Amino acid sequence: MTFEDAIFYFFAAVLLGSAAMVVTIRNPVKSALFLVLAFVSAACLWMLLKAEFLAIVLVLVYVGAVMVLFLFVVMMIDVNLAVLRQGFADYLPVGGLVAVLMVAEIALAVGPKQFAAGRLAHAATHVAHPHYSNTRALGMLLYTTYVYPFEIAAVILLVAIIAAIALTMRRRPDTKYQDPARQVEVRAQDRMRIVKMRTEPKA
Amino acid sequence: MGELTALWGTLPVWSQLLLWDLIKIVAIVVPLMLSVAYLTFAERKVIGYMQVRIGPNRVGPRGWLQPIADGVKLLLKEIIVPSGANKALFVAAPVLALLPALVAWAVVPFTNTLVLANVNAGLLFVLAATSMGVYGVVIAGWASNSKYAFLGSLRSAAQIVAYEIAMGFALVGVLMAAGTLNLRQIALDQAGGFWHWLFLPLFPLFLVYFIAGVAETNRAPFDVAEGESEIVAGFHVEYSGMTFALFFLAEYANMILLSALTAILFLGGWLPPFDFAPFTWVPPLGWFLLKVSVILFLYLWLRATFPRYRYDQIMRLGWKVLIPVTLVWIGVMGFVIFFTPWAFLFYR
Repeated sequence: MTFEDAIFYFFAAVLLGSAAMVVTIRNPVKSALFLVLAFVSAACLWMLLKAEFLAIVLVLVYVGAVMVLFLFVVMMIDVNLAVLRQGFADYLPVGGLVAVLMVAEIALAVGPKQFAAGRLAHAATHVAHPHYSNTRALGMLLYTTYVYPFEIAAVILLVAIIAAIALTMRRRPDTKYQDPARQVEVRAQDRMRIVKMRTEPKA
Repeated sequence: MGELTALWGTLPVWSQLLLWDLIKIVAIVVPLMLSVAYLTFAERKVIGYMQVRIGPNRVGPRGWLQPIADGVKLLLKEIIVPSGANKALFVAAPVLALLPALVAWAVVPFTNTLVLANVNAGLLFVLAATSMGVYGVVIAGWASNSKYAFLGSLRSAAQIVAYEIAMGFALVGVLMAAGTLNLRQIALDQAGGFWHWLFLPLFPLFLVYFIAGVAETNRAPFDVAEGESEIVAGFHVEYSGMTFALFFLAEYANMILLSALTAILFLGGWLPPFDFAPFTWVPPLGWFLLKVSVILFLYLWLRATFPRYRYDQIMRLGWKVLIPVTLVWIGVMGFVIFFTPWAFLFYR
């Protein structure tokens, strides 16, 4: 076992362990934190595959932004675990079936055939020369060959953002809020009047 | 000595690499921690003089041993874990706050040759590392089992996520101008005198980056996460002794990190402002440290000058002012670079 293998097995073990904890642990905040750990271990595995751009973006987007917002929500809700555990036995057969199906699909998609030695060797030749920049190659592909799918995906996300805001926003006429533009426009003479009057002699 | 080199030769290659890297890491972290200690001293002195006071001057000559005394005091204090707190997370939070602030230094180049890891995607790495810093604050607030701490951590999470976007967009501008994510290359790209430094063509982005940096580090006037006047001390209200000290270290280490990044990205890093005789005599590391110190002084000056922002004002500034400014400037840059003959303004 080489040094790299040892690192791989370490991060793989952490990833699987934390992924198992995400679904089994009772406390939702801890569960979210284990998901963070799972993301970070996955990023480390990608780094081992020399996919440094994907690894860093996984940490930046999912760990740095998405999971923070997730934690934000999870921390504020009060989950009643007893209610959540109800009917565990009833749902077990259906849930189990779905789980088995998903494992089978993943095995088909990323089975040993896809990672045969020939394919990996082909990928490895690209990485061989020292100034190869993963980021640059990915950017070139995204903005030339795949520019339309990329832009369409971006527009779909934008639509989703606008829809989410439109669905949840409600104007409440009774809420008082400040308009900074009007605050800045205010001049002293609008608010204040200086009255000149004679001093009155002390009685 | 000869025995030592013989011993070194017998070690396997991977452990040689590991040891060598460990030595380099120590060589970065020890001076960094010392600078953090003396930055706290500098802050108290600078703000003291700005408020026509003297500042700490009792411990050691002219108060120079004050940070050591502070450190010893914090080390000797009891660490109190509140009842009802989540003990494991309560202790892990300060560690999680400090760790990202140190990790990011792995890719920061101090001079042309002095860098721990010259990574191609260095700029992204720094962004990813600093974006993890928020976990320390959020977990601290939740694990303390205290309302004040929780409010502080929620404020901090919202603020950091908002300002990270503005910061990221400002860095997109740097990326467009330099054409690389490698921090060393970005600095080298600005060679040849201060009129080549990126803060000139990217002036709006430079301002946005600096302001977002102050907000990201939870410094005044953006320190609502602590907000002594409303929520006592925010997320670290329940922390004492060394656990509190770690939060303190993290804040100051982050300040130094962001100052170093500002120097590298916008102010030419270790390069002299003029490329001729008296200026080139100063060693590159000297220029780098000077620029970092000047930016750190700005941080301290801001704290002594401005009152704290109100929470809704912070959100408004982040979302409605800083982000639109960066978006407009990126659009302007793109247009000028691709459609006009003045592309040389941004892109060398």
